[in-house]
Amino acid sequence: MGSIWEYANPVKFSRTATLLLPWVSILAAISLVTGLVWGFFFTPEDFRQGSTVKIIYLHVPSALMAINVWFMMLVTSLIWLIRRHHVSVLAAKAAAPVGVIMTLIALATGAIWGQPMWGTWWVWDPRLTAFLILFLFYLGYIALWEAIDNPDTAADLTSVLCIVGSVFALLSRYAVNFWNQGLHQGASVMRAGAVTGADTQEKVSNIFFYPLLLCIIGFVLLFVALVFLRTRTEIHKRRTKALLARERLG
Amino acid sequence: MIALLVRDLKLSFRAGGGFGLGLAFFLIVTVLVPFGVGPQSELLSRIAPGILWLGALLACLLSLDRILALDWEDGSLDLLATSPLPLEGAVSVKALAHWVTTGLPLTLASPLFALLLSLPPAGYPWLVISLLLGTPALSVIGTFGAALTVGVKRGGLLMSLLVLPLYVPTLIFGAELARRGAEGQATLTPLLMLAGISFGVIALLPFASALVLRVNLR
Repeated sequence: MGSIWEYANPVKFSRTATLLLPWVSILAAISLVTGLVWGFFFTPEDFRQGSTVKIIYLHVPSALMAINVWFMMLVTSLIWLIRRHHVSVLAAKAAAPVGVIMTLIALATGAIWGQPMWGTWWVWDPRLTAFLILFLFYLGYIALWEAIDNPDTAADLTSVLCIVGSVFALLSRYAVNFWNQGLHQGASVMRAGAVTGADTQEKVSNIFFYPLLLCIIGFVLLFVALVFLRTRTEIHKRRTKALLARERLG
Repeated sequence: MIALLVRDLKLSFRAGGGFGLGLAFFLIVTVLVPFGVGPQSELLSRIAPGILWLGALLACLLSLDRILALDWEDGSLDLLATSPLPLEGAVSVKALAHWVTTGLPLTLASPLFALLLSLPPAGYPWLVISLLLGTPALSVIGTFGAALTVGVKRGGLLMSLLVLPLYVPTLIFGAELARRGAEGQATLTPLLMLAGISFGVIALLPFASALVLRVNLR
């Protein structure tokens, strides 16, 4: 096991991805199925929210992933700009559509949850608004990839867009806080003391927390599997193009 | 640098340069709004700051493709890139020229349009201040978007998709500043935030614009 940069070699990356893909997929399936079944059928109903509370098992993991996928794209874009590893930027390209779907799931489940709880499908709450803006950033990123023919130019431009976009997405996140007060509760899972702490007022009860944790792990593994698969496909696509070009020359 | 600024300004003032189009667009937006929401003056005066900010933002957006696209087509952008002037400077000058031809006239004309939307009297100075502070940021961010999409044929729609999310913080603080000013509330926080965004963007974003322009000229 050498340094992590060995995996910047497309062949090595492909081989490792192929090796790991079935294992990651199986683990993702196991934890997702267990987590969702446990969450949906073997947890009590919330005394105030009834059975609608169970949408938390889709809402929270997808929302977490929506943000973290963008963060992963930021890191891989930086690696591309600094060290020029093609696999890195291809991974960012592969992750973007997954991120869009995660954002959409978070927004849709949020709307479905918000309807019975808040009495409305949509409010211009800071968190909701920030997610909508994040969604627009994903769309812009993907659209820019689609619009440019030359792969290296596209990689450079989308990487810079991702970095500048991250700064503006963060700015927007806190700007909307200032612009409207929200209905959405604060962070109640990924917060120090939220799980084990003494403040029972806002913490997620352990009965709900363990299946939720399993669902989060499942979403992460699912994302890793999808990125492996999609990045490998991108590498194969590039290689096919190169082979075809060589054949045409020869 | 000054020669480049003068050249860009001349190009936009002369026939076919599109100077005044942004202003006309701004006028049309303000005229259309009462048709859409009704002529009650208390409703109009409540939404006036937001409408004026949105109008200014859209007028800026529509003129963005003029910043670089023409120079890209006739090759003067390549000349600029090989000239002794650093590309960062050239990009800043282009953004400045865009601001002088769209942002500045919009700011100066905004009290007139505010009159049409019956903005409360206390709001006028704050509207002008917010636009004066905010429109440079719109021009600089727009130049970045224009630089990103300069190589794309018919990239106008794509550029809007890329630039509009970047406009969100500026719009929020700008419109909030104008609104608070009109309603006589404390204006210091949005004023400082808007100024911070504007100056930060002016200082940093030309580097990103020049970077993507170099990639596109490669």
